Amino acid sequence: MNDTNEKFSTKAYLDMELLRFSTAGSVDDGKSTLIGRLLYDSKSIFEDQLEAVQRASIRRGNENLDLALLTDGLRAEREQGITIDVAYRYFATPKRKFIIADTPGHVQYTRNMVTGASTANAAIILIDARNGVTEQTYRHSYISSLLQIPHIIVCVNKMDLVDYSEDVYESIQEEFSAFAAKLAIKDIRYVPISALKGDNVVEPSKNMPWYQGGTLRYILENIHVGSDHNHIDPRFPVQYVIRPQSDEYHDYRGYAGRIAGGVFRKGDKVMILPSGFKTTIEAIDLYKDELEEAYPPMSVTLRLSDDLDISRGDMIVKENNVPQISQDIDVMMCWMGDKPMKPGTKFYLKHTTKDVRCMIKEIKYKVDVNTLNRIDDGQELKMNEIAKVSIRTTKPLFFDSYRRNRNTGSLIVIDEGTNNTVGVGMIA
Amino acid sequence: MNHLRELESESIYIMREVAAQFENPGLLFSGGKDSIVMVHLAVKAFWPAKIPFPLVHIDTGHNFEETIKFRDDLVKETGARLIVGSVQETIDSGKVTEETGYEASRNLLQTQTLLDTIEEYKLDAALGGGRRDEEKARAKERFFSHRDEFGQWDPKNQRPELWNLFNGRKRLGEHFRVFPLSNWTEMDVWQYIYLDDIKIPSLYFTHERDVFLRDGVWLADAPFMKKRDSEKVVRKKVRCRTIGDITNTGVTLSTANTLEDIIQEIAATRVTERGGRADDKRSDSAMEDRKKEGYF
Repeated sequence: MNDTNEKFSTKAYLDMELLRFSTAGSVDDGKSTLIGRLLYDSKSIFEDQLEAVQRASIRRGNENLDLALLTDGLRAEREQGITIDVAYRYFATPKRKFIIADTPGHVQYTRNMVTGASTANAAIILIDARNGVTEQTYRHSYISSLLQIPHIIVCVNKMDLVDYSEDVYESIQEEFSAFAAKLAIKDIRYVPISALKGDNVVEPSKNMPWYQGGTLRYILENIHVGSDHNHIDPRFPVQYVIRPQSDEYHDYRGYAGRIAGGVFRKGDKVMILPSGFKTTIEAIDLYKDELEEAYPPMSVTLRLSDDLDISRGDMIVKENNVPQISQDIDVMMCWMGDKPMKPGTKFYLKHTTKDVRCMIKEIKYKVDVNTLNRIDDGQELKMNEIAKVSIRTTKPLFFDSYRRNRNTGSLIVIDEGTNNTVGVGMIA
Repeated sequence: MNHLRELESESIYIMREVAAQFENPGLLFSGGKDSIVMVHLAVKAFWPAKIPFPLVHIDTGHNFEETIKFRDDLVKETGARLIVGSVQETIDSGKVTEETGYEASRNLLQTQTLLDTIEEYKLDAALGGGRRDEEKARAKERFFSHRDEFGQWDPKNQRPELWNLFNGRKRLGEHFRVFPLSNWTEMDVWQYIYLDDIKIPSLYFTHERDVFLRDGVWLADAPFMKKRDSEKVVRKKVRCRTIGDITNTGVTLSTANTLEDIIQEIAATRVTERGGRADDKRSDSAMEDRKKEGYF
């Protein structure tokens, strides 16, 4: 499979796109085996890493090579044989570069899954063919849809243990589709695999001639990611003001930031929030280049025709397409702090490049992540719980619904005493 | 947008976030390719203004001869301020004791110098070129990584980090380490150097050098390198795959003369970049243990 003899193509490498995907699940699902296979088959595991894992496996008395040791980077994880934290792994095929956010299945699963899912273009959901759809499948799918991961790949794994049965695969696919209909998932793919034997991971399976679709790697290489960003609503949160104050650039005043939505072009008429001032984009700078247009996720510097009072936390938009502007916001919130949140508590809040304070006024309902049922419990929100809450901020935020734009629809809340990030929210 | 430009955009965003969220940041500069790429990204992030923070070099005194000149040229070119923390001074002050023996290295001692420098200059954020693909403890590192008042990292109790929202809040005396290259791989760094035509020290290209073999790793000879009788110095065509303290940075036998050659060599290699780093080989958790105490 590996083209070791083929000359590495720099041109091809420079043209590659980036795909970020998350995986969740426990060791029993074969998740480590699957990741190990994707990495190994793309030559992303090096000899010295493999030797270190071999040594460690022997020392622990494991008979087989324990690929989990590759990702379990912390001493406590290796000692306890569990994964505590999200681990990031990298590999590239000749077509794409991949970032895997590998999230543990056992400890604090919700917190870690939500974290890993927040930047993912795709999620791999592993189902053990022998067990079918389980509570964990529901949980992972719900979180993937809540975090609006655009593409879901359902891998029915361990097909070798059910005699590569098409019937088993189809009944699992039917069961999952019925459940997924309740969720807002844009794109779902199914693939029957055996991570252990390699069926349909990188190589097409000879054992499942009835399956006509692509292998997992083929799907990962070909999912269309270009439309995962919002290209409709122009949003530019001002991050930093660049004023050189040198002789050569005495009058230069640039607004640096990352495009959070839509497309901005040189000459566009724009509006500044909160002031409402209107002006025109004079230039879009990217270092020494002047660009004609900029779109997500580019980091650029905008120069405007008029000298206005604009600072970090302001937002540049278009007059005919403004975000919502409000101090009262409903969000789906996942709690991550040790201490339960009680309504009425005040927090720091970060949204785009804006820092404000807020009070969480009310817990409207909680969601049972295993059944998707709503729970009427407004008392407190504990770690790993998800609820719809209403927030009041000290200053208005400029936002879109998370469903419409992940950049302008997400926020975090920070404990004022410990400075820890304790809650994350997706604006309804 | 190709993946290198997407990574670049992410790193620039992080650098600007640091400039906006912290009072007094600094960019840790080792003279290696990753920190050179960091300086390049910082120039891009703030152009046409100068980089709004100083470069901070923790100098072990055991440098390749070219590193200091390259550093000084870069400082002149970018107009950045330079802060140097000297490990020799830390040793002379009696705060740490120099290791002795054949494997003696100043790698561990650097931590004290780094923490002293951060305290002396009241740095509240130190930007580093660490990458998650380098080492398994680094794979768990956040972009914004909190350090307590002793400079310690608590890997089991890290802040969740989601979307583009980075929480740099801290108490007085605490600081952050920030890693804009978290999502880059070694290959990405080389491709990017090629793409943007970034100047790097000639040590990365093939040259003749006096070297000797220790535990299967070729090390550069220098006056302060203590050798066993069995370790014979020979002259070989080598290049550096990483540049760090000379006592624990292995060199690679190589005839790679251009960036394209280097990229081909890395595409074919089966050993990680840190495979030649004696500092990582001390134990399975060597990196995690050093990082907990305040290492880079």
